Amino acid sequence: MSGPEQRLCDALGLDALIIRLAGQILDGRTAGVPLALVGVRSRGVPLAERIAIQLRRETGDAVPVGALDITLYRDDMERARRWPVLQGTDIPFAVDGVEVILVDDVLHTGRTVRAALNAICDLGRPACIRLAIAVDRGGRELPIQPDAVGLVVVAAPGARVHVRIAPVDAVEEVVRISAPKAGEVRA
Amino acid sequence: MSIAALTSAEPPKPPASGWSGKHLLGLEDLSREEIHFILDTAESFGEVSSRTRKKVPALQGRIVFNLFFENSTRTRTSFSLAAKRLSADVQDFSASVSSLSKGETFIDTAKNIEAMGADVLVVRHSSPGAPHLLARHVQCGIINAGDGAHEHPTQGLLDLLTIRKAKGRIEGLTVGLVGDISHSRVARSNIWGLTKLGAKVILCGPPTLVPRSLEGLGCEIAYSLDDILPRLDVVNVLRIQSERQQQGLFPSVAEYSRFYGMNQERVSKAPGDLLLLAPGPINRGVELTPEVADGPNSAILEQVKNGLAVRMAVLYLLGGKTDAKPAAD
Repeated sequence: MSGPEQRLCDALGLDALIIRLAGQILDGRTAGVPLALVGVRSRGVPLAERIAIQLRRETGDAVPVGALDITLYRDDMERARRWPVLQGTDIPFAVDGVEVILVDDVLHTGRTVRAALNAICDLGRPACIRLAIAVDRGGRELPIQPDAVGLVVVAAPGARVHVRIAPVDAVEEVVRISAPKAGEVRA
Repeated sequence: MSIAALTSAEPPKPPASGWSGKHLLGLEDLSREEIHFILDTAESFGEVSSRTRKKVPALQGRIVFNLFFENSTRTRTSFSLAAKRLSADVQDFSASVSSLSKGETFIDTAKNIEAMGADVLVVRHSSPGAPHLLARHVQCGIINAGDGAHEHPTQGLLDLLTIRKAKGRIEGLTVGLVGDISHSRVARSNIWGLTKLGAKVILCGPPTLVPRSLEGLGCEIAYSLDDILPRLDVVNVLRIQSERQQQGLFPSVAEYSRFYGMNQERVSKAPGDLLLLAPGPINRGVELTPEVADGPNSAILEQVKNGLAVRMAVLYLLGGKTDAKPAAD
């Protein structure tokens, strides 16, 4: 059983969060270096796509978007009883010399980002890699920090934070689900 | 690729059934969903092989042993390369220089190799059922890399993947398997895989090499290639083994080539988008002429590429099975 679910922002709030991320990406970009967005599957991809639309609104330039599957780079494979399904990496541009903005929905332990950094570096040598995160919920297990953040949330250990975004999800929102109380079994 | 295309496939296909098998012994054992799942996984691995740095860390720390009791440079190399692209450690084992020649049993050899820490054994043996026997005696994963005239599942899977990529589907296609069907493990794996995925299979060759009994597997039997060619979407040309010719199963290689060889004249009479497969090694001038082997209908080199992707997928899916069940005895 899960604890109660608390909505932290709705669809309009998610739109505002994406606009905020696009602004931070533009503020931090390196002049003269081409920009590209790489979303971490699954929800990082539609987020990257929406950020690219916003960047185009603000600058008039199209920014290429790729999708990264970090499954083959996970550090918990040894413990897996059933190996995860591959969704495939699809980055239709060369990353060499590019400022790559890595996009993901929630930043928690940092292990997904570590895997994503290794996966991108296997594809080439970007000029730099920056990290854009919709929600930073804290609880890092690795020394990884974002460069652009839409929302900072305090979440207790054991609590969960979800970004729901189309077309992966039917509704658009950010929710926090409390940790189950003592004696409860988490679903 | 457009931005929209990147997300159009979302949400990701759920692992409808996935593949929970601990071994890959044959396509006869797999369901239609399991076969498609392996092919989908293989398509993801195709991207890895197209990179400049063709390596991922998925099987780091795992050990893959190639146990080849029968020669096969091509299949063994493909498995070795696939394992290395997944960062596994690979060890080759040749029967001719092993303790088998000193009298050790097949099962004891495998158990010794398992005791060295092997996670997956890739087994080729001239006896049908040899990998199945090992699967009952060792706890690591077993991949059948060809057992006598029984099955060659990764070859069957790579043929399926090549057809699916070229034609966009398998269901509803008509596929001709031409040549020595009797002695071909490739034919059996193709028959199981193609019929499960909804293709019609026509077996074609001299009557001495095409047993009527295979009709029981849902295949049509034909003895004239020219008669069936206009109906085919795909033709898979199997190799004539020289030792069969010495058994007198057909009058001569030249005559075989005249009636069953794929030449330019036959290709021109076939549908324009006929897909030509050959498991290799090919005998140029016997099963197919050089201009056909290198022509626009040929997918022979695509098969080699897809073979690597299929073997990476199978090793990946088996390499994670660490919760081994106790051996039966």
